[in-house]
Amino acid sequence: MRPSAVRAVAILGGLVLWAGFTAVNARVELVNPVLLPTPVEVGRVALDLGASGELARHVLTSLWRVAQGFGLAAVAALGLGVLVGLCVPLRLMAEPVIELLRPIPPLAFLPMFLVWFGLGEASKVAFIGYTTFFPMFIAIAASVLRIDVVLLRAAASLGATRADLVRRVMLPAALPGIVVALRVGIGLALFVIVGAEFMGADAGLGHLIMEGRTFFNPPQIVMGALLLGLLGSLVNTLLLAAERRLLGGRAAA
Amino acid sequence: MTTAGSPKIQIRRVAKAFGAAGRAPALAEIDLDVAERELVCILGPSGCGKSTLLNIVAGFLPPTAGSVLVDGHPVTGPGPERGVVFQEYALFPWLTVTGNVEFGPRLQARPAAERKQTVDRYLDLVGLRAHADKVPAQLSGGMKQRVAIARALANNPAVILMDEPFGALDAQTRETLQDELSKIQRVEHKTILFVTHSIREAVYLADRVVVMTSVPGRIRQVFPIKLPEIRDRFAPEFTQYEADITRVVKEEVAKVHE
Repeated sequence: MRPSAVRAVAILGGLVLWAGFTAVNARVELVNPVLLPTPVEVGRVALDLGASGELARHVLTSLWRVAQGFGLAAVAALGLGVLVGLCVPLRLMAEPVIELLRPIPPLAFLPMFLVWFGLGEASKVAFIGYTTFFPMFIAIAASVLRIDVVLLRAAASLGATRADLVRRVMLPAALPGIVVALRVGIGLALFVIVGAEFMGADAGLGHLIMEGRTFFNPPQIVMGALLLGLLGSLVNTLLLAAERRLLGGRAAA
Repeated sequence: MTTAGSPKIQIRRVAKAFGAAGRAPALAEIDLDVAERELVCILGPSGCGKSTLLNIVAGFLPPTAGSVLVDGHPVTGPGPERGVVFQEYALFPWLTVTGNVEFGPRLQARPAAERKQTVDRYLDLVGLRAHADKVPAQLSGGMKQRVAIARALANNPAVILMDEPFGALDAQTRETLQDELSKIQRVEHKTILFVTHSIREAVYLADRVVVMTSVPGRIRQVFPIKLPEIRDRFAPEFTQYEADITRVVKEEVAKVHE
């Protein structure tokens, strides 16, 4: 069997198991069936919300927040990562600060972002930016630091100026590491958007899930979660394809 | 500044020490001239500072004392007039063979047609025209070093510095590349400073062989190699040079173990 066929069977199998278990549970009531939505119930919620355009609004709101937060963090991580990778004094200053901030779970700071930026869009975007910045920044600085000095020497001996070295050697040499860092960052952004939307949001998938809890609608909760999984793997597939195009045969360093 | 007949590379009382307050002397007072079109091999026991000397000429390391002049200009850092071929090839893995060879001409913003001509010429010279579109990962070690040599030549440097360029290759490939470098040198007549620990390689390639002492390295003895341009590794004169130089190198290696 082809790998894609195996994958399709696995997904289908998972659905069948889910449907089978909930169907049995509906008769023998191992747990209260209301607490265990069936695929059909979840599908119906998705169709209802989809038909009214509500679902698209939530998805787009979440994705737009992810795009903004991740985009800002990516630009900052790239600029600062390259700078810190290049400049030894900056690196020495950055290291202890990062080591102190990095172990703090980002969610611990979420209330702070609400205090600073209010309940609107800014707090969500800023929170995603903050969460995704550190892992990307650290990975990008590390991939700049890993560049083989002999490549820089080779380029300098061919007449490269400092600007040439950055543009024609450091960036391409660090590119595989940078691409991986960006992929990790966007994955993380999709992860934490839910948390950011649990509080003080009137749209987005996190809000949709929280609304499911507030109005006691388990199928809506499950639907929101599954949709996030779907979006995450879709984005990851797209990024992997982009990575393959961009890097050709080069493996990530 | 350049006058006809003046040496292309002048190494003047160059010394180098590493560590705090120069605690580990690596080179002591090296004086060496390399004439235009000359190929000089530097030989010595491992750790004698021969690669350090090459790195100073390349401008990768500053000397602790003394200076290096190329065409009369003092060396203050790396520059395109001093091409370098590294033992570890140092090819840019994200560029094709063509991209690597035209790296220098591109930096100088040479027009595309001229770049293509240059690339074709030097890939022909090293026999890699058919591999122009491959990336380094698809090449063998010997092919990679051919590309590195073509890349250095394509930038048309005044001198070429080679740091144990064939040291990572198997014996067979090594001899093939020595033959090719010798052939290239008969066409291109570059000024080359070549570091090696292979006596055979030095006698095969060099106009002069400079034997260094054990650390801190200084020049122990200079052997002008008076052999024909096309050399026979089994000729009695060749093996005589090998024996003479081996005797001196062995004395220096022995000092390291004392």
